[in-house]
Amino acid sequence: MNAFLSQQVPLSWYLLLSAVLFSLGIVGFLIKRNLITVFMSIELMLNAVNLSFVTFARQWQFCDPSTQGCLLAQAHAVKGQIFVFFVMMVAAAEAAVGLAIIIAVFRARATLAVDRIDLMKL
Amino acid sequence: MNGSFHLWLIPLLPFAGFLINGILGKRLPKWLVTAVALLAPLGAFALVLIAVSSLLGPQDGPSPFPFIETCPLGWISIGTLHIDFSFVLDQLSLVMLLVVTGVGFLIHIYSVGYMKAEEGYARYFSYLNLFLFFMTVLVLAGNALLMFVGWEGVGLASYLLIGFWFQKTTAADAGKKAFIVNRIGDFGFLIGMFLLLANFGTLTFTEIATKLGQDPGWTGGVVTVIALCLLLGATGKSAQLPLYIWLPDAMEGPTPVSALIHAATMVTAGVYMIARNHVLFDHSPFALSVVAVVGAATALFAATIALVQTDIKRVLAYSTISQLGYMFLGCGVAAYSAAIFHLVTHAFFKALLFLAAGSVIHAIGGEQDLRKMGGLRKKLPVTFAVTTVGVLAIAGFWPFAGFFSKDAILYAAFLHGDAGKALWFVGLLTALLTSFYMFRLWYLAFLGKPRGEAESHHHPTPWSMLVPLLILALLSLGGGWFGIERFAGFLTPSTGARAADAGSTQLELILSVVAVAVALIGWLVAHLFYQQKPDRPAKLAAALPGAYTLLAGKYYVDQIYGACVVKPLLLFSQYFLSPVVDKALLGGTAWLLGGVPTFAGALLQRWQSGNLRSYAAWLTAGAAAVLLFVVVPWYLVWPASLDFVWKVARH
Repeated sequence: MNAFLSQQVPLSWYLLLSAVLFSLGIVGFLIKRNLITVFMSIELMLNAVNLSFVTFARQWQFCDPSTQGCLLAQAHAVKGQIFVFFVMMVAAAEAAVGLAIIIAVFRARATLAVDRIDLMKL
Repeated sequence: MNGSFHLWLIPLLPFAGFLINGILGKRLPKWLVTAVALLAPLGAFALVLIAVSSLLGPQDGPSPFPFIETCPLGWISIGTLHIDFSFVLDQLSLVMLLVVTGVGFLIHIYSVGYMKAEEGYARYFSYLNLFLFFMTVLVLAGNALLMFVGWEGVGLASYLLIGFWFQKTTAADAGKKAFIVNRIGDFGFLIGMFLLLANFGTLTFTEIATKLGQDPGWTGGVVTVIALCLLLGATGKSAQLPLYIWLPDAMEGPTPVSALIHAATMVTAGVYMIARNHVLFDHSPFALSVVAVVGAATALFAATIALVQTDIKRVLAYSTISQLGYMFLGCGVAAYSAAIFHLVTHAFFKALLFLAAGSVIHAIGGEQDLRKMGGLRKKLPVTFAVTTVGVLAIAGFWPFAGFFSKDAILYAAFLHGDAGKALWFVGLLTALLTSFYMFRLWYLAFLGKPRGEAESHHHPTPWSMLVPLLILALLSLGGGWFGIERFAGFLTPSTGARAADAGSTQLELILSVVAVAVALIGWLVAHLFYQQKPDRPAKLAAALPGAYTLLAGKYYVDQIYGACVVKPLLLFSQYFLSPVVDKALLGGTAWLLGGVPTFAGALLQRWQSGNLRSYAAWLTAGAAAVLLFVVVPWYLVWPASLDFVWKVARH
């Protein structure tokens, strides 16, 4: 498997994809005016990070046992996957709370344009 | 004195009284305030009496003096400078302590009656106890610095008590004047102490005396400068020329305060200080002669002003300045024991006169103008009697106390070389004036016909005021019988042996007769002026308008000081200190300190737009900057940075 992964699709491709997705998330977060789109951009960034987590986990899980440090890496690999679950859980909770906030904001201001929700100004 | 005798209890008792009455006085019942206020000086007086009792009985063992008590923890220790917190009881401080606590206790009793109706009763007594605390510290101090602590402290107590009726502008101003004028003297004292430290490396009186004794080369020069600096301090505290101006104004305070602080004890601190440092003055004949001239000049100067004053307390105030001048004259001719002797007797009769004046003022409802008194002899027989004793004592009639001490000073001055004859003559002239103005006061207040309506509201004098008066009258009568010879012999260990007598008993007798004759003349003139033909003074004043205005205006010294010192200072403050230093320099700095952050804040607050996306953009930019910093190999861009990192790493 390790051989396949490293030969067929190199690690850098996964990471590149992850970086592209994360950057898209940032750009979306910064330039979109609609609060729901902004929210979705955050989800995109979270999932970009998730992708790099699982990539590394898989990479280390199937390392060559003869290489130095492989055993330790395998022991740690599962943590990457567990972290992904954490992130998903947080994302789910965030979705629930975030959507509730969005609804509340919409009720209060009758708009979802980020520029007009400048309540944090002094 | 056995091991259980503690010197530090003497100042501590009044201090405890000050704390209790000062903190709790308002809430305590009046009798308790009185009890605390009286027990503190009584306890101190009892301790002093215990010390005195050690002198009685057979003197076979070693002398108990000087009895030194030093705080084992030390006080100030910086480099080579060591100053102990030490009290010294020797013959000199014992005599002073007897006066301070004894007369002080009597005046405390008197105050109970005098201040009975005052609102600030507890405050008054806490200040009075505070004064006793500082005064006993001053007297007991074993070195100049500790003496300075007491010195400043009595100045503080004096300020507080002069301004006791602080709602009255004149009283508050008089307090400030006393404090500020004393500052000038204290400046001299401080410079003197610095010079002592620089030249002797110590401030302990005995060590200075030892060092001076070891090396006969210490004459003139530095010693003169030190002695003159100390003299400046003494002229401030003891109201001598040119710093006497605060004492007449100090009469704004309650009369018992005038008696205790501004007549009997505090103002004599300068004399005590000179006697305490007599070794320094002995090594500088020039400084000694300055002391003598200052004393003689002040004695005559103040006596002439006293001739025409109409306020009963001001007459006594100028008389006090004049008598202090006598004491300085005594110090100046190296007759320290005579000066201290006069200090003691003066404390008796001047306290008596002030308290009697207070009794008069109290009895006729606050009137202080002599022209509105008169004929009080029948209304106040006891006060009249004790005042008579006081007047006879200060005028120097045999066998009253003043005769012995004044005579001792005049005799010592007469024997002091050729210049001494001139000093003696000035002293004699002052004695004539003293006798005149005191009998003038006596005639105006007690004899003749009542003038003005002041006598109509007549309060009886309470016993608490009469008893101290009677005791002080006895002391004014008999205080001098101890005799200058025995007194000088007793003081010898402290003030050095008396200069060898070049005179004779016969000469002394002649001088005494002359002095009493002069006093009699003064009485006679006062009788002719104020008893026989009361219109004579007015005629004389009309005949000599220039002289009269000059005296009534007190030589215009206050005005001259005002024009030469006060006014320039005020102008300097108004046109330089206030606009340049205060507003421009200090205000400008404060404005900068506040203005720079305000300005920066005004710029930075634009960042806080409240726009979520701008925050996020900054956040991203920051994260990108960190990434850039970590990822980009900066040493390629800027090779020198690697050196820096290398250096840091090697550290």
